[in-house]
Amino acid sequence: MRPENYEAQRHPPSNEFELNFGPNHPGIEGNYALKVKLHGDVVVEAKADGGYLHRGFEKLMEQRLWIQNIALVPRICVPDPSPMEVCYAMAVEELCGLEVPQRAQWLRVMQLELSRIAAHLFTFGGHAATTGMYSTMYWGVADRDLILDLFEEFTGGRVYSIYNIPGGVRRELPDGFLQRISETLDYIESRLPDYDNLFFKNQVFVKRAKGTGVMSQEQALAWGVTGPNLRATGLAFDVRRDDPYLVYDQLDFEIPTEAHGDAWSRTLVRRLELVESIRILRQVVAALPDIAGPIRAPIPNPLAWNVPAGEVYTRVESSKGELCYFVVSDGGPKPYRVHVRGPSSMHAVQVLEKMSVGSRIEDIAQTMFSLDACPPEVDR
Amino acid sequence: MSDQTQNLKLKTQNSILIEHKDSGSILSPLKALQFFARKPVTVPLEPRPAAANYRGFHLNEHEKCIGCSSCQKVCDNAAITMVKVPHLPEDPVKGIRNLRPAIDYGRCCWCALCVDICPTGSISLSREYVHTCTQEEIDSYFILPKEIGIHGVDFGPGWTKTDDSDLLDLERQPMAETAPEDRIDNFNEIVAGYTDQQAVFEASRCVQCGMCNDACPTHMDAPEYIRAIWQGDLEEAVRQIYQTNPFSHVCGRVCTHRCEDACSIGRRGEPVSIRWLKRYAMDSVDHERIKAIAAEGKVDYLSGHRIAIIGAGPAGLTAAYDLVRKGHEVTVFEARAHAGGMPRYGIPEYRLPYDMMDRDIDVITSLGVKIQTNTQVGVDISMEQLHAEFDAVVLAIGLHLGRSTRIPGADHKQVRKAVDLLRMITDGEKFTPPKQAVVIGGGNVAMDIARSLARLQMQKFGKVKVTVTALEDKAHFLADPVEVKECGEEGIKIFDARGPQACVVEKGKLKGLRTWKVRAIFDDQGRFSPSYDESDEQMHEGDMVIEAIGQMSDISLLGEDLTEALEWNRGRIQVDENGHSSVEWFWSAGDCVNGPDVVHAVADGHRVAASIEHWLSMKTGVTV
Repeated sequence: MRPENYEAQRHPPSNEFELNFGPNHPGIEGNYALKVKLHGDVVVEAKADGGYLHRGFEKLMEQRLWIQNIALVPRICVPDPSPMEVCYAMAVEELCGLEVPQRAQWLRVMQLELSRIAAHLFTFGGHAATTGMYSTMYWGVADRDLILDLFEEFTGGRVYSIYNIPGGVRRELPDGFLQRISETLDYIESRLPDYDNLFFKNQVFVKRAKGTGVMSQEQALAWGVTGPNLRATGLAFDVRRDDPYLVYDQLDFEIPTEAHGDAWSRTLVRRLELVESIRILRQVVAALPDIAGPIRAPIPNPLAWNVPAGEVYTRVESSKGELCYFVVSDGGPKPYRVHVRGPSSMHAVQVLEKMSVGSRIEDIAQTMFSLDACPPEVDR
Repeated sequence: MSDQTQNLKLKTQNSILIEHKDSGSILSPLKALQFFARKPVTVPLEPRPAAANYRGFHLNEHEKCIGCSSCQKVCDNAAITMVKVPHLPEDPVKGIRNLRPAIDYGRCCWCALCVDICPTGSISLSREYVHTCTQEEIDSYFILPKEIGIHGVDFGPGWTKTDDSDLLDLERQPMAETAPEDRIDNFNEIVAGYTDQQAVFEASRCVQCGMCNDACPTHMDAPEYIRAIWQGDLEEAVRQIYQTNPFSHVCGRVCTHRCEDACSIGRRGEPVSIRWLKRYAMDSVDHERIKAIAAEGKVDYLSGHRIAIIGAGPAGLTAAYDLVRKGHEVTVFEARAHAGGMPRYGIPEYRLPYDMMDRDIDVITSLGVKIQTNTQVGVDISMEQLHAEFDAVVLAIGLHLGRSTRIPGADHKQVRKAVDLLRMITDGEKFTPPKQAVVIGGGNVAMDIARSLARLQMQKFGKVKVTVTALEDKAHFLADPVEVKECGEEGIKIFDARGPQACVVEKGKLKGLRTWKVRAIFDDQGRFSPSYDESDEQMHEGDMVIEAIGQMSDISLLGEDLTEALEWNRGRIQVDENGHSSVEWFWSAGDCVNGPDVVHAVADGHRVAASIEHWLSMKTGVTV
């Protein structure tokens, strides 16, 4: 908890009052809180407070062997854990000079894009629920479960895949998996018109979301906004295309953008990205049978693994935006320092605080969900 | 671009669902009403089998698990506790503990690193994923996994170890060796030793389970010195080595490495080269630094006690090393010209260079141990004198007398004992190697003499003609498999399962050895009583037959009084587990008590020293 939030700093004028929005509030993601000052129903000031779920991820990572962190990092973002694994593994690989086999890179892309679809379906649900439309949420969660079934099958875990290991991935695909993934993709694609009818073309959503939580491209860049939130202001920037990692440079996909920078644009960009992710996955499914070879580069015994000294900065495009790991090794068996630059640490603090001002209290929740903020990324 | 992707691209372009200026439709959500008639997408509440790869509750095959605790070490949540399961077997020599992992499911995150690191492959995760309990049964989340699931129901294996996920390096670093054609005409050391990089790689294979420590007769803390090598702190490695073994140049070369037999990595792969790592650490640190490290912890006063040790081999000198560090005055009496005992006089130089042995001895003498060579007890100094001048006497004389097969013709002068010949080679005595030699025996001594003679033959005649006949068949050979392999490479012929019947002598000249095929070595009761197939007779020609079937001690030096006073057990001095005999001031240690093995002798030396130390403190009432 931010110290200044322990108690009111000064007595507000009689027509203003302070409201603790969260940490246990249906309109907030995770154990996150905003202390808002209201003038009537209008927010005049907001202070973000992420200290309610501090688990000390970054500090914990310094206490654990390099290999042990692969089980820890996915927990930093529950709805979209896969980019955490991949980004951490990429950092360790860069420090060690490990070359990840081609097949492992394709499998990683598959995992990342499945995770993106699952995360976006979850987010629509959240945004819809905050505007009172629970059916979309039920649908989103149910369809996300189909992706989790795929994760369960090929990584062994439904939510926390823990599928990556520095050097590659831990499992080969089960027999017939590519067929099942295709079927799921076809199904999700066939559901998109239903989502459009129920939610995206729904006048309630359009009227509520349009013009809510607006930021300009200049503001977005100044505030460190990335990912779909940045693309919703009209800038087609995507790490997958502009600083390609894994095999994204061999894949054909578009970067959807919207121009208006409001809650409507942000959620719509995610809806368009679903199609792109399905498209990428179809290419992966088509390519994988022809990519033979190992799925993992050998690493030393993880109990006695000194990663060469150095510092690296790796980034991937998560469903929330640009996810980066800054990893420092002093040549020892554990990281010297790991810094996680979660995209939500910008979106949920400075952006949310500034956007909330001037909006009505009932729009705070949909602003936060349209930013797709993941509070553990704020409070690592 | 394929048709499929082209279609998709079109689809994307068409998926501009709604313009910003549109205000949406109030009717479109009503289209969802069609779902009223459909089956719900939610899965009904009934048990669903998990996927084949699923990471559910643990399974552990208790018969396969060795209790090495690697799973506990890799567990990132400290969810695993090793608990003792008393009814399971425990055997330090084979590398088995009766510890088994118990899992705290309040901590476990089902990452399956425990599965992927398990050296035996005993642990796996099942497809079982539901457990609940009442408030009173909260302990039921702490579970000792067995072959079957935690509720006694078989849900089938989920995440098991595969080649892809295995985290252990099962192959050891290759050791450079001199090629057979380059080594056969000389006594240069064969094994080159690890390079710095190889040593670090090899050391990093260790999972620090400590099975080696349990199996080692002198309980060398191999995990600690291996870790030090891996960390690049070689002086620390030497420090750890000297905690338990002052004969590490020797043991780093010729130890029988029980540690490696017990190594948990050896369950599925090649065990860590613990012996070569020890050698690497010892060879890499400057000799003067080793001396300084060995002297650390030595007391800086004299206790006033004097101890005599007979025999300057590993047992005697280890005891001397321990005792001199405690401030006692130690004199070692050695009958031969050089200290070193059985390793010097029994092991050829291509396996153990004498200067390496001298380094070990130099460290020990640098601490103040006096070694009187060329001093034979019973001849140059009597046992009574020793008793009179010293508080305690340790007998560590090794096994320098060869045993004879006593077959017909074994008394011929060209029928020799292997230990005698090996000693002559060490001493550099001139003798003419036989043109064709026949060795009786299948142990390491037989290999040593066969390979030594092969080298001498090569030097003199330019070709190797050595035959080894062993009682045991190849599958039960007593010699180290590496020795057997290298024998073959050097052109030595090995005949297994051959029982010696007679040394054939014609007109006073030795013609060779006649053998029968061995049917069985032991009788029904397991006693040594070989039976032969007489129809399968073979003649191994040779102008010298060498007996390498075992050794014994020369105990004539004890003198009549002491021999009378001591208690005996089948020709060996009866001692307690610490080497203390029935005579108060007399201890016995090493090969002459336990049979031939360097590292056992070192362990014996430590035990005897501790026993003497204890005895002295009880006697004087002073603990130093």
